[in-house]
Amino acid sequence: MNRTQVIEQLPGLRRYARVLTGDAWAADDLVQDTLERACSKWLLWRSGSDLRAWLFTLMHNLYLNQRRGAPPLAAVDIDEVRDQLPGAPGPSDDALDLERCLQRLPADQRAVLLLVGLEDMSYEETARILAIPVGTVMSRLSRARIRLRALMERTPEPPVEHAPALRRLK
Amino acid sequence: MMTPPHDTSTDDAATWQAQRDQLKALHQDLLHAPVPEALQTAALRLADRQAQQAQWWRWGGMAASVLFAFVLGWAGRAQWHHGSAETAAQAPTQRFAQQAALAHAVYQPEVRHPVEVGAAQQEHLVQWLSKRLGRPLRLPVLAPQGYELVGGRLLPGDTGARAQFMYQDGAGQRITLYLGALPSAASETAFQFTGDGPVPGFYWTDAGFGYALSGQLTRAQLLELATAVYRQLQP
Repeated sequence: MNRTQVIEQLPGLRRYARVLTGDAWAADDLVQDTLERACSKWLLWRSGSDLRAWLFTLMHNLYLNQRRGAPPLAAVDIDEVRDQLPGAPGPSDDALDLERCLQRLPADQRAVLLLVGLEDMSYEETARILAIPVGTVMSRLSRARIRLRALMERTPEPPVEHAPALRRLK
Repeated sequence: MMTPPHDTSTDDAATWQAQRDQLKALHQDLLHAPVPEALQTAALRLADRQAQQAQWWRWGGMAASVLFAFVLGWAGRAQWHHGSAETAAQAPTQRFAQQAALAHAVYQPEVRHPVEVGAAQQEHLVQWLSKRLGRPLRLPVLAPQGYELVGGRLLPGDTGARAQFMYQDGAGQRITLYLGALPSAASETAFQFTGDGPVPGFYWTDAGFGYALSGQLTRAQLLELATAVYRQLQP
């Protein structure tokens, strides 16, 4: 195993963490924590096994633990989330919408949705990474998708509400 | 069995595909963005430990107790190495070599911006980097070995600015020469080979300056190039 292989994982991990956490700083912190955890757990990694999957496993353990310990940020009220949107509507509005809706999914559903949908992992790989049964992966994925679609369909209007949203920022 | 003409499963597959496409478009830019140095450092630390572990696996025939003792020793060494002051005399040099290999790994695959200043502005490149490194630099010519200058860039190092010169052969194989002041290192050392970084290379010090030549080449090829560089840089 050489350094290139680890270095090569970094952009993918960063991007994944960015979408998972919805925040640039939190994402890089999570990647850093993941690498440090990996450093202290390196004896548990078998040479030749899938490095990427192992790093994702560590990352999810950290992330889901953080979320469990933290106040229920995931259950934030939609009005509150809307306020985080910068006013300027631009071509990336759809992406912003999607990111915001992703953050409104429960963390464990988001994890399944992203591992399968974004990272193209199989149900089996996802199940191993999250240490849950394959059946649970499938049911969480299905719930996540339905919920995401519902959220996306419910929020085509936010751009119109930018003006009132500003009021809430004081 | 009557099925409705509108097949919901296909519809669902299409929706899913659309959702996935949208997901995959998120933060695509990060896949090509430079990675913060703190993350690279953490990644290298991890790689080093894994490399050590892999080695022990390969030598699996060894008695378990011996293996265990070695692993403990290595882990302890690594702990001590980055945890405390680097007391070993050659530590800064090794760290220099590590940074050189890292810089190579980062910029060598770069397609659009492999260098900051290209070979076309060679004179400016040398002047600029000489100024920043505080010493008149000379660009080794490696054309006889088949390598043409691509250009160079300025990089940060532990003990000040570093320069990286990149060369490329006809097949697109790239090598980098990394150099900078290393005041704490021995004034002059022999060539040392490093094979455990992202890329192999030779490094040496001369008159308070460190040099590292990195490339995905055989040890013999690297030695030939390093020798050519060394000769040309002699006053």
